[in-house]
Amino acid sequence: MKALWYFLTSSFTRGLIGQAIFTAIGMTFVNAIRSVMGLEANAEPGVVFGALLGVFGFLLGAGVLTDWIKWIFGKETPLRHGPPQGKPEWTRYLNVDYNHKVIGIQYGYTSLLVLLVGGLFALIFRIELAQPGMTLLTNDQYNTLFSAHGIVMITAMLLGVGAMVNYLVPLMIGAADMAFPRLNAFSYWVGIPAVVLILAGMVVGGWDTGWVGYAPLTFRAPLGVQLFLLGFYVNGFSSIAGSINLIVTVATMRAKGMTLFRMPIFVWAAIAAAIIQMTATQTVGVALLMNVTERAIGLSFFNPANGGDPLLYQHLFWFYSHPVVYLFILPGLGVISELLPVFSRKPLFGYKWIALSSLGIALVGFLVWAHHMFVAGLDNSLRIPFMISTLFVAVPTGVKFFSWVGTIWEGKISLETPMLFVLGAISVFLIGGVTGPILGTIPTDMHLHDTYWVVGHFHATMFGGFIFPFFAAIYYWYPKITGRMYKESLGKLHFWLMVPGFWVMSLGQMATGIMGMRRRIADYDPALGVQNIHVLITLAAFVIGWSVLIMVYNLVSSARSQELADPNPWRSRSPEWQIPSPVPEFNYDVPFEVVGDPYDYGLSGVAYIRMAPASGD
Amino acid sequence: MKKKHLLFATGLTIITSILLYFLLTAIYRLPTSASAEAGPIDQLFHIHFGFIAFFFSLIMVFVVYAALVFRRRPDDETDGPHIHGHTGLEITWTVIPVIIVLGLGVYGTNVLVDITAPQPNEMVVKVHARQWSWSFEYPDYENISSAELILPANQPIRLEMDSEDVIHSFWVPEFRVKQDVVPGRTTILRFTPTQAGDYKVRCAEICGKQHANMLAPVKVLSDQEFTAWVDERLAQPLFAELTPEERGEIWYSAEGFGCAACHSVDGTQIVGPTWLGLFGREEQMDDGSTIVVDETYLRESILNPNAKIVSGFNANIMPPNYEQRFAEKQAEILAAEGVEIDIVEDLIAYIKTLNE
Repeated sequence: MKALWYFLTSSFTRGLIGQAIFTAIGMTFVNAIRSVMGLEANAEPGVVFGALLGVFGFLLGAGVLTDWIKWIFGKETPLRHGPPQGKPEWTRYLNVDYNHKVIGIQYGYTSLLVLLVGGLFALIFRIELAQPGMTLLTNDQYNTLFSAHGIVMITAMLLGVGAMVNYLVPLMIGAADMAFPRLNAFSYWVGIPAVVLILAGMVVGGWDTGWVGYAPLTFRAPLGVQLFLLGFYVNGFSSIAGSINLIVTVATMRAKGMTLFRMPIFVWAAIAAAIIQMTATQTVGVALLMNVTERAIGLSFFNPANGGDPLLYQHLFWFYSHPVVYLFILPGLGVISELLPVFSRKPLFGYKWIALSSLGIALVGFLVWAHHMFVAGLDNSLRIPFMISTLFVAVPTGVKFFSWVGTIWEGKISLETPMLFVLGAISVFLIGGVTGPILGTIPTDMHLHDTYWVVGHFHATMFGGFIFPFFAAIYYWYPKITGRMYKESLGKLHFWLMVPGFWVMSLGQMATGIMGMRRRIADYDPALGVQNIHVLITLAAFVIGWSVLIMVYNLVSSARSQELADPNPWRSRSPEWQIPSPVPEFNYDVPFEVVGDPYDYGLSGVAYIRMAPASGD
Repeated sequence: MKKKHLLFATGLTIITSILLYFLLTAIYRLPTSASAEAGPIDQLFHIHFGFIAFFFSLIMVFVVYAALVFRRRPDDETDGPHIHGHTGLEITWTVIPVIIVLGLGVYGTNVLVDITAPQPNEMVVKVHARQWSWSFEYPDYENISSAELILPANQPIRLEMDSEDVIHSFWVPEFRVKQDVVPGRTTILRFTPTQAGDYKVRCAEICGKQHANMLAPVKVLSDQEFTAWVDERLAQPLFAELTPEERGEIWYSAEGFGCAACHSVDGTQIVGPTWLGLFGREEQMDDGSTIVVDETYLRESILNPNAKIVSGFNANIMPPNYEQRFAEKQAEILAAEGVEIDIVEDLIAYIKTLNE
């Protein structure tokens, strides 16, 4: 009973109520003006304005803006830090909190919940695809589900990146918190109304444009497309604010002696990802907003009927949306590089090469966007340079693979669940990696473009580059976060279900694509001979789904177990493992000083950090 | 001791690469190749398959080998050898991939330039795409219009493609090549069909509700068969000689204005109301009123589709530009045959025949 009351008065609930009220106000306001002006009935401008105002209402209701508003009126507010007064500990995670670890965990559980929702969508339409003919869904339902699956999963991955980066980076560099704790809370909370908008879009008619939202199809889609575009847009605020916060934190708050090449490798990956987020997100924001306004109030940007250009949208969209896949995989690959030395008991092979290859991938990632438009009608003189730059992505990516092999070769490897997931990630990301260049050369892409080959390739890069490493990170840092150990047997079961399941799924998707299966179709021609493969893909998808549920069960049930975990169960050299678990409120009681290299395994008596307070300052 | 593991893994890599290459070509089967372009493209596919097999084996063999062989014993708390890296190796595995991707880039460029180069004796076919049908027009043969793409074998083809509404994409998997069809511009696709047979154009860019079903038949014929088809189409009666009902049926099909993509004539509900038994039917509108379908209502619904919406259907789906497109077609027929026809009346006449 008490718990229900805490839930109903939490920031989460208050935010949702605020969103509902402000959405209604916004809609009424626009419709009132329209009726006064005598304009014809059209609900859409009201819905758009209401949706944007609703996001503001959420932030206001949740209390994210309270401190800032007080500042405007000259009132000082202390930075409240610490467990809630007179309420149980768990309520912290449903309320606005400024501790980076709490925010990291908030990102984490939200990411997993959103991941489950997106996965459920996929399972529903995988049942439809198990046989030709429309059996379970209508075309509209199918189109809405696959479109929502895309954007919901992208949101889940953005939240997952936020989880890892927020929890880990301050700990790894020896900071007490992020540079801007209030902005950090804003970055997390603004993502919630964005998810609400996307899910609401599915209810008010859905949409059939995929997650790319190409104009002019968006102008002919049902109303739901507006809420999807706006939800996507609002997510961008989270990315931009979060990335600025991270860059400032790493630039100014590192422990004494932590030079750039003595940072844990994950921090390099986080920085490379943040640079992408900070510089590219604006472009997609502009593209989405142009799309929304052209549809809602008739501004002309993309519709050729009004003098616009549909390819302009694609350029603006992919200038962000290609780099964004590197934004997901860079932190994922950072986790792989971070964990391999610990479980191989050997230094990271070629630290500087791996660190710089992250920046290399981020930079090359900005020069390849037009490969999404190889068959859109670009001239050869434009698409050939993009073909060459696209193929070059393979070089820094290859450096990472070879360096990983160098790290584990002749090591002393132990295969606990996090390490299994890291090795699984390498195998799956490798599938994604080697099936990329065939899409990079235009003549082969002319066959494979917009087929299930792309679907298979993309899922392999996302699972290998993000999902598997994310799960590895969850298992690896679980004892740090909770102070308790997850159940190893369930972790292994999760792995041995998910890895073969994923191989079958993505290799099967690629097989159907090369045979002629187009992507984003609700129904397929039985004459293609792909039905048996589709049955396998659907079964594999369910195996993956069940395995993730096993993980969720493991995480929840293990948190309640009484047995405490060893403070450093993996014998890691990293600073966060040298302090108690769960981590104290302000991380390090005494600041540490970096006196060695992070991955000097195999060299006795050489420490990475020294806990004694630095003299002088 | 060290050498032994390296040699062993290298040997395994070579064996796995070869096995994987054959496995890949067995599982990843390209459709039949039915165009001249498929030759060089398929060759590039097999080069890629070779690299895929090699690099996948290289990494996987070493990773699995390491995970199986270099295991820590449970009671062993010591670390592995302290190896920080090897600059020579890093340079090697940077430079060799650079050379490979440059080679692939140059090879890919050559194939692309080759398959997109203009040919001296191209036959032009105009492709019109719309939600959710294709039609084809033959400017070299008095603008014959067809809902099927009929092509002579071994004749270089240049498709000049445009879209009436959203982005579509022209793809015949057996021809390998693909090109988006973008509203507001004309895109070009060149290929030479080589194998007589039946294929399908499959729209490859998501274009809305019926995207999955946006298909059109493709027939590649021998020279004689193609000439016979052209002659047969040219011998068809002039529009002036057809009855309004017959003309209406043509306008209804994909060859005409593609009404068939959304309105059935057999009672099934696609995107818009079925035309079966439409004339004289009492329709419930989405504002609650009812209307008996007559000529005036039909004319308004064709030319100004958002004026009245039947309950259960959506506004803003049917293009509002038919008045202009009909006017263009009517002017074309007036110029060619000297008769004035009214396409809306033809359509209404056709709809009336659907009441049995």
